[in-house]
Amino acid sequence: MKLVNRKRRTARRYFLDRLVRYSVYFLCGVAILPLFFIFGFIFSKGITILDWEFLTSLPKSIGESGGGVVNAITGSLYLVGIAASVAIPLGVAAGTYLSEYRGSKLANILGQAVDVLNGVPSIVIGLVVYELVVLPMGGFSAISGGIALGMIMIPVITRSTEETLKMLPKSLKEASLALGASYATTVLRVVLPAGLTGIITGILVSLARVAGETAPLLFTAFGNPFVNLDPLKPVSSLPALIFNYAVSPYEDWHRLAWGSACVLLLGILALNLFSRWLSRRYRWY
Amino acid sequence: MKKTISALLIGLTAVTGVMAETEILGAGATFPYPLYSKMFNEYYAKKQVKVNYQSIGSGGGVKQIMSETVDFGATDGFIEDAPLKEAKRPLVHIPTCLGAVSVSYNVQGLSNLKLTPALVADIFLGKITKWNDAKIVAINPSAKVLDKKILVVHRSDGSGTTSIFTDYLAKVSPEWKTSVGAGKSVSWPTGLGAKGNEGVSGLVKQMPGSIGYIEIAYARQNKMAVATIQNKAGNWIVPDLASAASAAAIKIPDDTRINLTDSDAKNAYPIAGFTWIVVYKDQNYGGRSKAQGQEVAKLLGGWFMKEAPMPNPSITASCPQTRSPRLKRFLRV
Amino acid sequence: MNKVLNFDTGFVWSMRLMALLVIGLVVAVGYVLVQGSSEAFQKFGLSFITGREWDPIMGSYGSLPFIVGSLLTAFLALLISIPFSMSIALYLGEFANKGKISAIFTSLVELLAGIPSVIYGFWALFYLVPVVRWIQERLDIPPIGVGIFSAALILAIMIIPFSASIAREVIRMVPVGLKEAAYALGATRLEVIKDVVLPVGKSGIFAGIMLALGRALGETMAVTMVIGNNNIMPDSLFSPANTIASLLANEFAEADSSLYVSSLVGLGLVLFVMTALINFLGKMLIRRLSK
Repeated sequence: MKLVNRKRRTARRYFLDRLVRYSVYFLCGVAILPLFFIFGFIFSKGITILDWEFLTSLPKSIGESGGGVVNAITGSLYLVGIAASVAIPLGVAAGTYLSEYRGSKLANILGQAVDVLNGVPSIVIGLVVYELVVLPMGGFSAISGGIALGMIMIPVITRSTEETLKMLPKSLKEASLALGASYATTVLRVVLPAGLTGIITGILVSLARVAGETAPLLFTAFGNPFVNLDPLKPVSSLPALIFNYAVSPYEDWHRLAWGSACVLLLGILALNLFSRWLSRRYRWY
Repeated sequence: MKKTISALLIGLTAVTGVMAETEILGAGATFPYPLYSKMFNEYYAKKQVKVNYQSIGSGGGVKQIMSETVDFGATDGFIEDAPLKEAKRPLVHIPTCLGAVSVSYNVQGLSNLKLTPALVADIFLGKITKWNDAKIVAINPSAKVLDKKILVVHRSDGSGTTSIFTDYLAKVSPEWKTSVGAGKSVSWPTGLGAKGNEGVSGLVKQMPGSIGYIEIAYARQNKMAVATIQNKAGNWIVPDLASAASAAAIKIPDDTRINLTDSDAKNAYPIAGFTWIVVYKDQNYGGRSKAQGQEVAKLLGGWFMKEAPMPNPSITASCPQTRSPRLKRFLRV
Repeated sequence: MNKVLNFDTGFVWSMRLMALLVIGLVVAVGYVLVQGSSEAFQKFGLSFITGREWDPIMGSYGSLPFIVGSLLTAFLALLISIPFSMSIALYLGEFANKGKISAIFTSLVELLAGIPSVIYGFWALFYLVPVVRWIQERLDIPPIGVGIFSAALILAIMIIPFSASIAREVIRMVPVGLKEAAYALGATRLEVIKDVVLPVGKSGIFAGIMLALGRALGETMAVTMVIGNNNIMPDSLFSPANTIASLLANEFAEADSSLYVSSLVGLGLVLFVMTALINFLGKMLIRRLSK
């Protein structure tokens, strides 16, 4: 009698075990479904639109079909370029500082500041940059958009730089100093190059993130139906264009939005793949 | 802190300003955007001067010209006296065209919807909630079988279209006047919001059972159904070029700041209005280059008045007043 | 030698300067938000937070509907996402923490995390919203489609990768010895998870959930596109609403009076403080764990 009971209980335990395992598999499958839906949706709608005209011409005025998004593509590249030139020096320096002066007062404050900056919602960054850059400069501009994106990149680059440098063996630095190299030389010529792959990976990851940001650009880079390379004039960007065109009633604009989403996704995908390849291929330490 | 940063940035401006080419930046009303996008494309083709117009809504247009971040703002609700005095220097309103705000709906099996002013107000007040409400069926017998909720769509951004529409409702419905009021963004008693004329059209088009208000061009271009509205004279009027233009057949003040809603004219569509471009009269401000001011004057003072192509009637009614000589003395560089 | 020393001090100082610049940026963010919102807080006091009326015409700004909208969408999203993110974490951390399938699945989850917000919104607007509309028709609710529920759904999909990746790390950190001891006693995998892995990892898992919450609160574009943009206090899970972030996206560029601008900046401050607190708590938990 007791034996039967125990058997039954064991059977129940194993049944429950299997039940949970299969439901975990099932939920995992369901969780990943949106990925296929989204990629399927964007690529099935978008890929047919990608042609030379789409990539190289300007949007037509409302109601005319055809046209392209060259303004948004160049705008996005331009904005990301400005952001990178703002964020890379600051981020790498801050990250190096964090790893070199671990435990110092300034480093602690810096660490907190970076964490806070990382958590600031991107729309709030846009608002702050509007008050701090757009208004004093007297207008919307590519540079203000770049600064906004840069502020989002800084914490990512800082943390990845710090993590990379932390992992370098101490002996590396000691060897360089022992050979009589100055501290600056050691950092610039030994430490940073040794961590270069990790740092670059971090930069690529942060680029992939800001390339898709829309919210901080609404009140900064604004938008532009033309190609613009003047840093003081507004520029368009792929995410902002997708936002404006997606909510519109025009089929032609939906088409452009699908194509742009396709370009944006491909770009981000390429950045991610490249950074992954890089970190696998050249991870020295 | 702000000062140091602005000093830095102004320095930067000076350095890079040299290589800049002229580009005119305007922002505001979504209402005339279908027209502007055509006109400015043509301007670029003819004069090689880029006009960057961002349709962010009239509220945004007014705010951005007031904070001097754009060369011109655009709005279809004129700036009232008080805020106009608050501006740092005189602003002028240039009417560019006339438009009709259509009440557009998406209900299968209901064509040629007719609405009285009271019905429009009640629907947007949330007092009539079903398509087969007795009051609707009374003038639209075909609505009898439509046992569906009415989904109201309005603007989420500050909008001149809203200001024309609510100005109308406040004129025809005392309850609207006291409980909601008129303006670019009001606190809506019901419904859901969408950004821009683009967003409202997009949502109405997507959502069965919905009703919203959009500039007639958006309804036309997207083949959406629009309601026929009873005007002050008691006539049923379809929104179009002619009926909107009739609304302006009244005495227009010199600065053109007037609401054309609920017009007395016999054949006028009652929810019509001007849309304006708003610029500083004196273009020499905020360290702008003289060339920039001249380009703005050429565009708004010259080309817009004389050469701009008459818009296709299916898009937006052009404003005949714009071309009258008395409005030509606008800008000073 | 002197030259070298000079170069060294210059180098150290320039690094310090850069560090100070980054700190300055954060200070500037705080300064702009506090300074910019002072007018609204002075005028309305606490009723700025507790007021329910957001009426630009009358010049009265109460932000409770948006605070409620933000919290409601974020928590609902969290609730929806937890079974999925925990499953992913368990799968990758426990069931299949090595091997090809696991590697592929990890990449897929990372891909999901890399999709821009605006593309999520775009997809939701054309695919998710019609589905929600269909559900609403079946439930005999007005088929609006856009609203809190749609926003929470898309947010849930967006935050799954975040809480999952942190929880996975935590689950992997559970000492193998502990688990093996339990297995040796004859425990099934479920029992090991329930009695060993989760109790040991719970604070870390909770931290991951907190960070995901912070993320959900600040998310702007996807939410703006599907939440219905209504400034009234939401009265059901399907009602159209606004979050703080979506309100800022909609109204900041056009707020004309200085009080209006100040109120919006005040909302930015509220959002900033909320996310900063949540992130801080989450990070504290993680830090305590890794010690």
